[in-house]
Amino acid sequence: MLTLRNITKTFNPGTVNEKTALTGVDLHLEKGDFVTIIGANGAGKSTLFNAIAGSFLPDTGSITLDGKDVTFQPEYMRAKSIGRLFQDPMRGSAPGMTIEENLALAAGGGGWLSHVSKAEKSAFRDKLALLNMGLEDRMRQPVGLLSGGQRQALTLLMATMVPPKLLLLDEHTAALDPGTAEKVLALTQDIVRDNGLTCMMITHNMSSALELGNRTLMMDAGRILLDLKEDQRKGLTVDDLLRMFKENVGKALDNDRMLLS
Amino acid sequence: MSLSALWGLVQTALELGLTCSLTVLALFLSYSMLNVCDLSTDGCFTLGATVGAVVAIAGHPYLSVPAAMAAGILSGFITAVLQTRMGIDSLLAGIIVNTGLYSINIAVMGKSSQLNMNKTETVFTKLKALLDGTPLAGEYELIIELIAVAAVVVFLALFLRTRLGLAIRATGDNPDMVRSSSINPIFTTTVGLCVANAFTGLSGCLLAQSQKSVDINIGSSMVTIALASLLIGRTFFGKGSIARRAVGVVLGSIIFRLVYTIALRFNMPAFMLKLVSSVIVIIAIAGPYFQSQLPTIRRRLAGTGKGAD
Repeated sequence: MLTLRNITKTFNPGTVNEKTALTGVDLHLEKGDFVTIIGANGAGKSTLFNAIAGSFLPDTGSITLDGKDVTFQPEYMRAKSIGRLFQDPMRGSAPGMTIEENLALAAGGGGWLSHVSKAEKSAFRDKLALLNMGLEDRMRQPVGLLSGGQRQALTLLMATMVPPKLLLLDEHTAALDPGTAEKVLALTQDIVRDNGLTCMMITHNMSSALELGNRTLMMDAGRILLDLKEDQRKGLTVDDLLRMFKENVGKALDNDRMLLS
Repeated sequence: MSLSALWGLVQTALELGLTCSLTVLALFLSYSMLNVCDLSTDGCFTLGATVGAVVAIAGHPYLSVPAAMAAGILSGFITAVLQTRMGIDSLLAGIIVNTGLYSINIAVMGKSSQLNMNKTETVFTKLKALLDGTPLAGEYELIIELIAVAAVVVFLALFLRTRLGLAIRATGDNPDMVRSSSINPIFTTTVGLCVANAFTGLSGCLLAQSQKSVDINIGSSMVTIALASLLIGRTFFGKGSIARRAVGVVLGSIIFRLVYTIALRFNMPAFMLKLVSSVIVIIAIAGPYFQSQLPTIRRRLAGTGKGAD
């Protein structure tokens, strides 16, 4: 499904700010995999997502998505098969446009000069109703009027409107209040399960990293340190994870936002 | 002042306001929607005027309009290529194109800095001949301008709701979102600037033909005047559907010309036009900014003299 071979990326090479963000990352995902990713600040988690999404060209290596080499494909073309959510809920939707217009953009389909049809509008309504946030009655309001949680839920809907081959979630609930975060996370699970999506999720919550999905990656210093698949993950606790990290790196995991609960 | 003299004034303001509102609609697309301040507007306006004039003088009054629009599209395309594919800042790209167009406009006019269309057949003289003897005979300029403005407003209202139109609006509204989406911002910016500059070219063409002459300074400061009109329109009709806002900026353009005409009646010298439009743009942009700063200013003022703790 997704294969990364020997991906390396160094930012600002040859300067005092030189930073090697990824070093020889190899990764293979099967279709339907739900991978959670944990790691300290600056471990290269978001950079890994940027490489997969095509925000930059890696210094070495190749990326294959669904049997196709996409290493040199520009970001906007890859975005047709990759859905992406960021921590900042303001990043995924256009505030000056209505909910309906945002969804129409996400739905794509039709020609460039086509308008949104009645059938599509009612389909948007049904999808919005699933969020259970009352957004289906506010379709003509600008998205800028929504709360952070509502916007992130809308972004999730937009990113999965046309089910992507791969869904990248970069701490997408971290900026929300706990109640809303839980709700958006539950929605995420529903959508991923119902559409059988292949999904990668960065989280700072170690226990949900172990609970969710079928595989957990631990990253440090631009490498994948641990790759725990189905059976290896079973029965693991947060304490086990912390111990494994210490054994591999030689120092304790220091992510100041890491939740141990 | 007699009633007919008053109507004469209002008519002049309406005609100028409508003609220039086409440029305001162009900025509505590039500035309000795409969030690009297109400083090539002055040169593109003049380009539309010169190309339209030259084609009309060559004996093609109807062809002159699409020719002027095509010239505008080309100019917009170059501005877009400079800023999307050559790493040139969008403001600088506009200024560079504007400067280059000065030479091109003189070349278009056959190395002259002005052209006369007194005996030339234009879309205006065509309609005037057609309406001769009917009650509408005196309003031929107004009719053509109304048709052009209505066509552009309807086009924009429909276009900005298509998928391409939505993508263009999103490019201006949230560039971060667009960058990580399947919309190619290079494509949307290019299309947006091409369409906007087609309207600017049309605007220049109609102004030149209605005043039966064109000179190299016809478009000078048009960007500031149009921006002032746009911001006036936005103040009064800034919310609601795209169609409503587009009509709003047209009204803004007419209001601007009406106020200007009235000011002239009160003996304001004509050369003040540009200063007035500059001041309007400053007030319209700085006003909301100061409003947002008001709480800070209030606290500062309240805090002085009490001593910091």
